[in-house]
Amino acid sequence: MGLDIRKPIGGLLIAVGLQLAVYGMLSDPSIYKRSMDINVNLAWGLVLTGGGALFLLWSRRAEKTVR
Amino acid sequence: MHIQLAFIDYAILATYLAFVLAIGWALKRHTRTSHDFFQSGRSIPAWITGLAFLSANLGAQEVMGMAASGAKYGIATSHFYWVGAVPAMIFVGVFMMPFYYGSRARSVPEYLRLRFDEKTRGFNALTFAAMTVFSSGVSLYAMGLLMAALLGWDFHFSILLSAVIVLAYIFLGGLTSAIYNEVLQFFLIVAGFFPLVMIGLADVGGWGGLKTRLVEVATARGFAPGAYSESWRHMTNASSNPMGVEWFGLAMGLGFVLSFGYWCTDFLVVQRAMAADSMSAARRTPLIAAVPKMLFPFLVILPGMIAIALTQAGGDFQLPTKPDGTLNYDMTIPMMLGHYFPPGILGLGLTALMASFMSGMAGNVTAFNTVWTYDIYQSYWKPQASDAHYLMIGRLATIFGIAGNVTAFNTVWTYDIYQSYWKPQASDAHYLMIGRLATIFGIAASVAAAYVATVFNNIMDLLQLVFAFVNAPLFATFLLGMFWKRATGHGAFTGLVAGTAAAAVHHGLSLPAEAAAGIKGGWIAAMTDYPSEMAQNFWTAIWAWTVCFLLTILVSLGTRAPQDSQLTGLVYSLTPRPEETETRWYRKPGPLGAVILAAAALLNLLFW
Repeated sequence: MGLDIRKPIGGLLIAVGLQLAVYGMLSDPSIYKRSMDINVNLAWGLVLTGGGALFLLWSRRAEKTVR
Repeated sequence: MHIQLAFIDYAILATYLAFVLAIGWALKRHTRTSHDFFQSGRSIPAWITGLAFLSANLGAQEVMGMAASGAKYGIATSHFYWVGAVPAMIFVGVFMMPFYYGSRARSVPEYLRLRFDEKTRGFNALTFAAMTVFSSGVSLYAMGLLMAALLGWDFHFSILLSAVIVLAYIFLGGLTSAIYNEVLQFFLIVAGFFPLVMIGLADVGGWGGLKTRLVEVATARGFAPGAYSESWRHMTNASSNPMGVEWFGLAMGLGFVLSFGYWCTDFLVVQRAMAADSMSAARRTPLIAAVPKMLFPFLVILPGMIAIALTQAGGDFQLPTKPDGTLNYDMTIPMMLGHYFPPGILGLGLTALMASFMSGMAGNVTAFNTVWTYDIYQSYWKPQASDAHYLMIGRLATIFGIAGNVTAFNTVWTYDIYQSYWKPQASDAHYLMIGRLATIFGIAASVAAAYVATVFNNIMDLLQLVFAFVNAPLFATFLLGMFWKRATGHGAFTGLVAGTAAAAVHHGLSLPAEAAAGIKGGWIAAMTDYPSEMAQNFWTAIWAWTVCFLLTILVSLGTRAPQDSQLTGLVYSLTPRPEETETRWYRKPGPLGAVILAAAALLNLLFW
C-alpha cells in the first residue's frame, strides 16, 4: 500500500473547507439570495473542515494501534 | 446559459486536481510489477475497495443520468438502487466472490477460461473491451458538451484536461491509484451534492412540499397524482407510470437480469473487490458499497424531482429543451448547480461533477487495460513475455484506451500523441500493430458512442441498452458456471453468442413509443412497441438472459461433462466453504448482507 488514503482525504476536505469558509466570511451577503439566504459557503466550509479533521484523527489513531 | 466562474471556483477545482495528481505520484514507487499495476498487489483493506467499488460505478451515468431519470421518471428511479443494485451487490459478495477471489483469476474473462474454455473467454474479452471503451467514450463526450454549454469552455480543452489527468494518475500508479482516487472522489461527490439537495428541498418546502408539487407534474402528463412520488403503487400497469413498465418487467428485467448482470459479472466493479487484501475483505467489498449505494437516491434522484417540479410550476427555473421540443433531462444537475449555488460552493459542485466523470472513466480504463493485456494480448499475441513487458503493455493500453476516446474528437492530436509515444519503440513492429489496433478500436467505438449518445435525451437509457447486450446473457453463463457443475464450455459459448444475438434481434424487432426506427430499435421490423426506452431495455435483457440460459443447458447436456477434478474452486458444489474467521456479525458477509437487505426492503416500503 504505502499510502494512507485517509490523509489525502482529510487534507483535501480541510483545504477546500477552509477556502469556502474564508470566502464565506469575506463575500458580499447579497450573493446568497439564490441559496435561500443561507451563507452556504461558510456553513458547508466549516462542516467540511471538521470532517477533514476527523479523517486525520482516524489516521493518527490507526497509526498508534499499529505501533 | 453560461455560468461565470469566480477566482474562488477555480481555486477549488485546482486544489482537487493537485490532490489527485499527488496521489498518483506518491503511488508511483509502489508500482513495480504487473501484479501491482493490474491487481494492486491484492493488498487493499475492505472499506477502501468498498468505496471504490461504488465509485467506479459513480460515473457520468450515475450523477447526471440518475438525476435525469429522477426528472423523467420520478421516484420510480429508486428502483435502480433498492431493487436494481442492493440485492445483486449482496449476492455477489456472499455467493460469488469466493470463486472470483479464490480462483486466483486476474479478470472476469480469465475466470471463464478456467471454468469453461478459451473461446468463451475470448468472446467475453472482446465484447467487454468494446463496452468499456464505449462507456468511457459516452461519459467523456457528455463532459465535453457539458463544460462547453455551461462554462463556455472549449469542447476539446475540457475533454483533454480530464483525459490527461486520468491518464496521468493511472499511468503512474495503476489500479491502486485509480482505487485511491475513486475513494477521494466519492467523498468529494458527496460534499458537492449534499448542499444542493438541502437547499433545493428548503426551496420546495421539504419532502411534503415536493410531493404536493409533483401532483401537478403527474396530472399534467395524464397519470395518477402520486405517479412521481410513489415508487411501487403505480406499477400494476405499464401505462399508469412514467417509466412505462409493469412490475414483472421491472422485477425480472431490472431487478434480476440487468442488475445481477452488471454487479455480478462486470469486471469494472468486480476488479475492485479482487484487489482486496483477503477473502473476507473481498466478500465484504460489495456489502460495504451497498450501504452508501442505498442512500444515493437522496443525493442524485431528489435534485431531478425538484427540477421537474420547478419546471412544471413555471418559475424562474426551467429545464432546457432539445431541438425536437423534448426536455433535455441530462442538463438537470448542471442547471440546478447554476440556479442554487453562489460562487465558492459552485466551484465545489462543478468539481464534484468533474470528479464523477473521472472516477467513472478511470474505472473503465483500468478494467479495459487489464482485460486487454491479460485476456487478449497475453493469450493470443505473446504468451511468454516477461512481467516488465506486460506492465508496459498495460500502461500503453491505458494511453490508447484514453487516447482512443479523446482523439476521436481531435484527429490531429491523435497522431501527435500516438506517434510521439510510439517513436521510442520504433524498432519493434510488434508494438506498432498493437497500438494501431487499440487506437482504431478505441476511436471507432468512441465515435460511434458519441454519435449514438446525441440521439438519447437520457444517458441512462443508452447505457442500460449496452448492458442488455453484454451483461445480461453473461449473467446466465455465470449463474450456470458457478452453480451447475454439468455446464460445459461448448454450452457456455453457444449460449453466450446466442444470447447476445437474441438481444440484437429483440432490439431490432421492437421500438419505444414515438421513436424512429434505427439506433433505438426496429431496424429489422418494428413488430412491437414499448411505452419507453427503459421498458424496451428491460425486455431486451430478459430475452438475452433467457435464450442464453436455456441454450447453455441444452448444449451442455448434449456435450461431454467436464471432470470434477478440474472444477474445484470454480463451482459451488465442488468448493469447500470459505472458513469464517471473523467473530463480529458486521464483519461476517452472511449476517451483514441480511441486515443490508432488510434495510433496502424497508426503504421500498417507506416510498411505496
